[in-house]
Amino acid sequence: MQRIGVFVCHCGSNIAATVDVEKVVQAARGVPGVVCAQDYRYMCSQAGQDLIRCAIREEKLTGVVVCSCSPRMHEATFRRAAEQEGLNPYLVEIANIREQCSWIHKDRDQATAKAIVLMRAAVEKVRRDQPLTAGKSGVVKRALVIGGGIAGLSTALDVAGAGFEVDIVEKEPSIGGKMAQLDKTFPTLDCSACILTPKMVEASQNENIHLYTYSEVEEVSGFVGNFTVTIRKKARFVDETRCTGCGVCMEKCPSKKAKNEFNCGLNTRSAIYIPFAQAIPNVPVIDTENCIKMKTGKCGICQKNCAAGAIDYTQKDERITREYGAIVAATGFQPIGLQAFGEYGYDRYPDVITSLELERLMNAAGPTGGELRCPSDGRKPKEIVFVQCVGSRGQSCRDKSYCSKICCMYTAKHAMLIRDHWPEMNVHVMYIDVRTPGKNFDEFYRRAAEEYGVDYIKGQVGKVYEQDGRLKVQASDLLDDRQLLLNADLVVLAAAIEPSPTARKLATMLTASMDTNDFFTEAHPKLRPVESPTAGIFLSGVCQGPKDIPETVAQAGAAAAKVIGLLSKKELTANACTAQPDEGRCNGCGECEKVCPYGAISYEEKEMRVPGKTEKRRVARINTALCQGCGACTVACPSGVMDLLGFSNRQILSEVDAICR
Amino acid sequence: MPVTEEFSPKIVAFCCNWCSYAGADLAGSSRLSYPAEVKIIRVPCSCRVNPMFLLRAFQKGADGVILCGCHPGDCHYSTGNYYARRRMTLLFSMLSYLGIEKERTRVEWVSAAEGARFAGVMNDFVKTVRALGPCRRLEDVRCRE
Amino acid sequence: MKKTEKEQAAWLIAVSGANPGACMRCGRCTAACPVAGEMDIKPHHFASFLLHGQAGALLQSQSIWVCLSCMACSERCPRGVDPARLMEAVRQGAVRPRGETHLSPDDVPALLQEDMPQQALAAAFRKYRK
Repeated sequence: MQRIGVFVCHCGSNIAATVDVEKVVQAARGVPGVVCAQDYRYMCSQAGQDLIRCAIREEKLTGVVVCSCSPRMHEATFRRAAEQEGLNPYLVEIANIREQCSWIHKDRDQATAKAIVLMRAAVEKVRRDQPLTAGKSGVVKRALVIGGGIAGLSTALDVAGAGFEVDIVEKEPSIGGKMAQLDKTFPTLDCSACILTPKMVEASQNENIHLYTYSEVEEVSGFVGNFTVTIRKKARFVDETRCTGCGVCMEKCPSKKAKNEFNCGLNTRSAIYIPFAQAIPNVPVIDTENCIKMKTGKCGICQKNCAAGAIDYTQKDERITREYGAIVAATGFQPIGLQAFGEYGYDRYPDVITSLELERLMNAAGPTGGELRCPSDGRKPKEIVFVQCVGSRGQSCRDKSYCSKICCMYTAKHAMLIRDHWPEMNVHVMYIDVRTPGKNFDEFYRRAAEEYGVDYIKGQVGKVYEQDGRLKVQASDLLDDRQLLLNADLVVLAAAIEPSPTARKLATMLTASMDTNDFFTEAHPKLRPVESPTAGIFLSGVCQGPKDIPETVAQAGAAAAKVIGLLSKKELTANACTAQPDEGRCNGCGECEKVCPYGAISYEEKEMRVPGKTEKRRVARINTALCQGCGACTVACPSGVMDLLGFSNRQILSEVDAICR
Repeated sequence: MPVTEEFSPKIVAFCCNWCSYAGADLAGSSRLSYPAEVKIIRVPCSCRVNPMFLLRAFQKGADGVILCGCHPGDCHYSTGNYYARRRMTLLFSMLSYLGIEKERTRVEWVSAAEGARFAGVMNDFVKTVRALGPCRRLEDVRCRE
Repeated sequence: MKKTEKEQAAWLIAVSGANPGACMRCGRCTAACPVAGEMDIKPHHFASFLLHGQAGALLQSQSIWVCLSCMACSERCPRGVDPARLMEAVRQGAVRPRGETHLSPDDVPALLQEDMPQQALAAAFRKYRK
């Protein structure tokens, strides 16, 4: 026999002013199975909770209905109170008579009548509630960080610092990411390598961090706390354990015409190469597309010259499978391709370059040794035109709709550095808006304009073309309302940034959602900005949206804090309201598995006793650690044997009945 | 004020826990009123709503049933609302076949931030159903046997 | 009844089918325009003038006759404003009230010149007046 208690809250006057609480209590007393009904001014207060606990104890209640505010507000509070009194928390239901009744209705009789109906529906639901226990699962005390740029490194170092083991997977031969390519950083103008390389070294030497460079994530399965990941370590053709990083192989390599990716293709490198001097690990990679040995089978010079005997042309890709408790996506970004922006002539004129290329041209370790030279003929430029917002903030198919956020500041940095090193060069910046929110950012931009004499022009460029061997930039100055035809030796395009093309594939593997621009979506744009909606997946850096280095590091730290919080848990509590098949009637058709977004349903052969014999039948099996309780399978099941605990068919039907009565 | 006997329809609203139920809460905390005839049943996701629930509502005397879920692409469970939309399209077509006007059934997407939209949708739905008058009652004739 | 200037601007926006509200004042239209230097009111002004209800100045401007209808502005516009349509709408707004003053195809042979680009001919059909 059910013994149900109904507790009606006044919520001060929030409920009581519109709903006749006394009448609701009276009505509750008339409902079969209700053995006690009480009202109180603030049911969520300690005294209110004690009232409920006391009733559970003394009336030996088997179910509790609280008529109060939204369950999204206090369901957890009341369930905890019941649990403390030994009543299963899932035997508590809330009738929402504040947000969905007293606050929206003015007529007292109407509101009271509705509150009574909502109370009845909740009583009918609680009558059919069954005690539920949330599943528990362990947590593997190891994190995986995908991406070894400044975002991934910062997260990994923070997590490792808390004592957990971290693996970093980096697709390039070295960690460091885009920041390693930068010359200086705004707004302090400190050298990028000087602040990044110590971090890289720290990561490589930290005993809790393991680096998988030149590697990619190939497969992910499992769930929060218990992911299984397969990592493909691409063949370097160089034995990492033997190589001393002496560099003789690169010197002797006869194939030296490969495009140097690290320098944005502004110069060339050998087929066996280390991307840059401070690379970690300091072990070369053979680029099979350019290696003569790989292409023709004849060469082998590097192998002959390697004193350590580290070169191994037969090396194969290696697959490593490991378990992780948490995964951090830190896949970063790349500048967009500019093929669609023919008017700027990026593909036609070598002296039209992107800002990232300019970083390399100004870097002491770059192709020109830090001397700013025109890529076409190596002359010193005199007139330099910067173009902002190339591919950002547009609506057409070639544009990105968002602001790339970093361009205004790095352009100010470039302009300032150029004017500082080479005051004889004239710098013009064509802008739409200059956006410099950030600590010391606007001051920095104003310094560029005021102290360094950078010519900021409000307006855009119509086209760049060559005339008499010189670049001409056709533009407009909107403030002075005049047309410009600027001579330029160098045109620098602030190309929009986009998420790494590897991110989309990864998101599919992680079942993490993405927006239309392929940035990872956060669980909540304001309150959970570093978590993916998929439990156990965290976001670090530009893979979540454009951001600069300080912001990236801040977000990386936040993601690390979340990872540490997860890995510190002894066990994880799963969702208790999971799907449950009636195995006796399940025919194993497979419809439920198809609609499950979490892969929580599988099938097993089970021995069933049927009259007179035992037979083996294929039936659905729910992995309760994976099931999130959406209920898609319950409706998909053609035999109607799949039900959802806590929101069962019988419960919802009885609520419908109570409402339509 | 003259008292008119206005038809008061019975409306069942199924709201998904993550978007629409939260939208209804926001309508409440913003004090945006909609008719008291609307009674909300909380479900984890719009895809939890079995066509059987709607049929039962019409059997038991509901005059209109509305299903609210997250906007396409925003489902907490990624794809639930797509399933709901497909199932309801079929069901509504069948209900029209049975003589229940299609205006009495509706699927709406309401996000957690759209309190005003929730109230607007409910006001409009109740107005529509009220204009149609009482719904013919579906009957489970098995009960007579 | 005669339209006020503001109504006329709204009407011009409506007939243009363009979307001046999307303009973010980047000026790529003007930068791309081959004849903007000859214009008294530059292409990028058209969106804001119309939005602010200043149709009169545009209808009086020389710009609508200078425009080549080459559509470079619309091609370059990153926001989908389509300034060429705005220009065309204002031009029609100026031409139509003057009656039948379009260029007749019969007049074309006499007007042809060796070095005249075809675009000029197409543009002439849009705006010719005697």
